[in-house]
Amino acid sequence: MAEKRAENNKSIRVAPFITILFFLIMGMIGIMTGEVGRVLAQAVQVCLSCIGIG
Amino acid sequence: MELVRKWVQTILALLVNGSWSFPYTRTIYQGPLKVVCSPGLNCYSCPAATTYCPIGSLQQLMAGIRVALENGQNFFGLYVIGTMGVLGGIFGRLICGWACPFGLIQELLHKIPSKKFSIPQKLNYIKYGFLLFFVILLPLLIVDDFGYGEAWYCKYFCPAGTLEAGLPMLILQPSLRQTIGILFYNKLAIMIGFIVWSVLASRPFCRTACPLGAFYALFKNLKLVKLRLVEENCTQCKECHSVCPMGVKFNESPENAECISCLKCMDKACKFDAITLEIAGLPIGSRDKAGTRRPKQTDAII
Repeated sequence: MAEKRAENNKSIRVAPFITILFFLIMGMIGIMTGEVGRVLAQAVQVCLSCIGIG
Repeated sequence: MELVRKWVQTILALLVNGSWSFPYTRTIYQGPLKVVCSPGLNCYSCPAATTYCPIGSLQQLMAGIRVALENGQNFFGLYVIGTMGVLGGIFGRLICGWACPFGLIQELLHKIPSKKFSIPQKLNYIKYGFLLFFVILLPLLIVDDFGYGEAWYCKYFCPAGTLEAGLPMLILQPSLRQTIGILFYNKLAIMIGFIVWSVLASRPFCRTACPLGAFYALFKNLKLVKLRLVEENCTQCKECHSVCPMGVKFNESPENAECISCLKCMDKACKFDAITLEIAGLPIGSRDKAGTRRPKQTDAII
């Protein structure tokens, strides 16, 4: 049983967790620099030239 | 499973387009949910959109990076890239198959009876060019006298924006019709082109021109949830080729960047348990229908 569990543990891929953690930290830095407000300010405006009008 | 996927696609499309007051307000939703990232491609200038489009936001941040820095604001797009990266790290292109409203539209268009065509594999690389040049480099490098760049992909190409935002806004605000010109007609032609192509071929936009799909494709080896080929069970019958909406030959290239994990190959095609879904390397499910599984070599020995 212990051998089987050890075998299963060996097959767990670590790379996805490192990737997610990396981007999570990146996103949190973005939040701390106030980028969320900038994204919101952009998203609540209709950018006419961005949709090919005007 | 296909029915479940269709339900998930529909529910998520309605959630990211959940503001239905636009016939009265005649403009877009402007509430706080707009700080939430839409996992799939969904224009945030769509009148019903409740979330922001990561590709649109990223271009805007790239286009305004010089001015932001001059004003002492360190806006490098880290929040948007971080959010996209977390989604990509967990799901990768599974999002294209399960959570993208524009992917759902293409799937519905492809159900229209017509002669069907395949898409040359080489065209798959175009979307990486769109991501690199139209989303990052051109908005960042080509700026006006005031230091502002442009959202090149949205402005000159995005058919999702034309369909979800451009046309609805022209209907809601008739005064805007006087301002349209060659730029809009060009985008309209691109949109019509992709609509016709979607009837004739499966998911042409996702495969050739979607920068968000290109970004998620970069996580093909790093994503948490993915399909895995169990080689000892595979008979090379190639049934998985015929059902894949992205033209992936799963038994030949199980790590293919085009795989959107729609599970059709696992659920509909493979009768031999050769394709399983795994999370971080641990299998969590496979097709398991009594009487359809091929006896393994080990069974024969026993």
